Amino acid sequence: MPRTSEPGTIAHPVIGLAALVAILLVLSLLVGDGILALPDQLILIQIRLPRTLLAVLVGGGLGLSGAVLQGALRNPLADPGLLGITGTAGLGAAVVFYWGLAAQFAPALPLGGLAGAAIGAGLLLAFAGRAPSGPSLILAGIAVSALSAALLALALCLAPNPFALAEITFWLLGGLNDRSLVHVALAAPPILLGVAILLRLGPGLDALSLGEETAASLGVPVARTLRLAAAGTALAAGGGAAVAGGIGFVGLVVPHLLRPLLGQRPAALLPASLLAGAALLLAADLLVRIAPLVLPLSQPLPLGVLTALLGAPFVVVIARGKPAP
Amino acid sequence: MIPANGGEVSVPPISLNHRRVLHATTLSLRPGELLAICGPNGAGKTTLLRALAGLLPGTSPRDPRRVAYLPQGARSAWALTVWQVAMLGRIPHCDAALAPVTRALQNCDILPLRDRRVDRISGGEARRAMLARAFATEPDLFLLDEPTADLDPAAAQSIMRLLRRTADAGRGVVVVQHAADLAIRHAHRIIVLDAGRIAADLPARDALPALAAAFGLPFGLDPEPRLLPADDDPPH
Repeated sequence: MPRTSEPGTIAHPVIGLAALVAILLVLSLLVGDGILALPDQLILIQIRLPRTLLAVLVGGGLGLSGAVLQGALRNPLADPGLLGITGTAGLGAAVVFYWGLAAQFAPALPLGGLAGAAIGAGLLLAFAGRAPSGPSLILAGIAVSALSAALLALALCLAPNPFALAEITFWLLGGLNDRSLVHVALAAPPILLGVAILLRLGPGLDALSLGEETAASLGVPVARTLRLAAAGTALAAGGGAAVAGGIGFVGLVVPHLLRPLLGQRPAALLPASLLAGAALLLAADLLVRIAPLVLPLSQPLPLGVLTALLGAPFVVVIARGKPAP
Repeated sequence: MIPANGGEVSVPPISLNHRRVLHATTLSLRPGELLAICGPNGAGKTTLLRALAGLLPGTSPRDPRRVAYLPQGARSAWALTVWQVAMLGRIPHCDAALAPVTRALQNCDILPLRDRRVDRISGGEARRAMLARAFATEPDLFLLDEPTADLDPAAAQSIMRLLRRTADAGRGVVVVQHAADLAIRHAHRIIVLDAGRIAADLPARDALPALAAAFGLPFGLDPEPRLLPADDDPPH
């Protein structure tokens, strides 16, 4: 007889993921850089807590915006980086390094990143036009990406000294180390606002499974849904990139990890992607901290490098696997 | 808006890429009638259906709870189950009512496949899943673009019979139908569209000469060799 759409499959993985996030969160508070020891209160609050909170916020924002973008664009290869906002956030931070502002005023760096993300989001929505479709949004994202990549290359070429060059390059690799509660306070509002916007798009994304025309005939405001998906991604992923640099592949991989568990209906993936993104970045950041215990590293492994190293094989698996019909 | 008891619907002139594809026209829609829109390629059939669905600039949007639209070649970007696809038909009602979805799957004769993924069933079954999505809305008017395209003769006949039953049960059904023989056999009324104008609007049984003229074929010539299964509930 009639039954709900996914009997028993929604609740359990989400509860399991929430438990996983909780466990990783505690571990993240307990494990230090290359040391396994209970921290004193100062280290816990000043170092571990910001890092842990940022991993949850940034990872959750990336995972959720990946799931929303793949649904909105009906493309299993969509990733928050596709819209170029991560690029403009990096550019904003690079400009701060370029003028040496970060040395005088620490929050200048995340503020520069946020300003870059905001400008990028404005450009993206302007390029996509008043009534964007999936392809026009992707093209607008490619234009924003190309523009920010060109300007970033220019900033690197014209870097006033080799230290600025090294700083910019290293920051762009992405990481959560040496972040403070100020970073959390700056990143949390845009990320949480973006998450709130993206979580409400579920029914529209489900309707878009059948194409933009069918979605429109079902009464879904297609252009508005796409603009909200872009704006929500700009806030959730751009806010993260502004404090953590370029962390790739989380948004791409998370929905693919969840589809075998939850099915392919876009709305069913949203809350789970938020949790799985947080869990994935917490786990990756723990690996970054544990790596010096096993590997002879002179520098900590940049988090963005680690997620890309783990993510690249996934892209191959996705490309070789059966594409969505 | 299309009144519940049918009536005249006026369609504004439609241009795509600066080319007039449909001239302004009025046509009557009646509940309980299966209306087939026929005509050669490029006659404006799909454009007329989109205009009726209110999906083109200058046309008035329809109440999505009362008008269900199925575009040509509709498919899902994701490997949803048959049940999930049909459930999308409840989006206009903002509910997740199970009874209409079950009824829709039953009507479309696909209830046993409800937990199968639409990419793992046959083309005819997938088409029924897409139709079930329209049925799950329980609209007054169905607007269906080539619902039998690419299907084998038996599957096409069976879908046309389903649409005829739906009309006979009191719903309005408008179907863009490329295959003139299917239209003549199952529809109540046929509109022949030619170069963006309504060339004929007449009962299906009288439509053959107009269809032959629109398709540029000698009067009475069968448009193509047919292989039709025995039809045990002739519509006329």
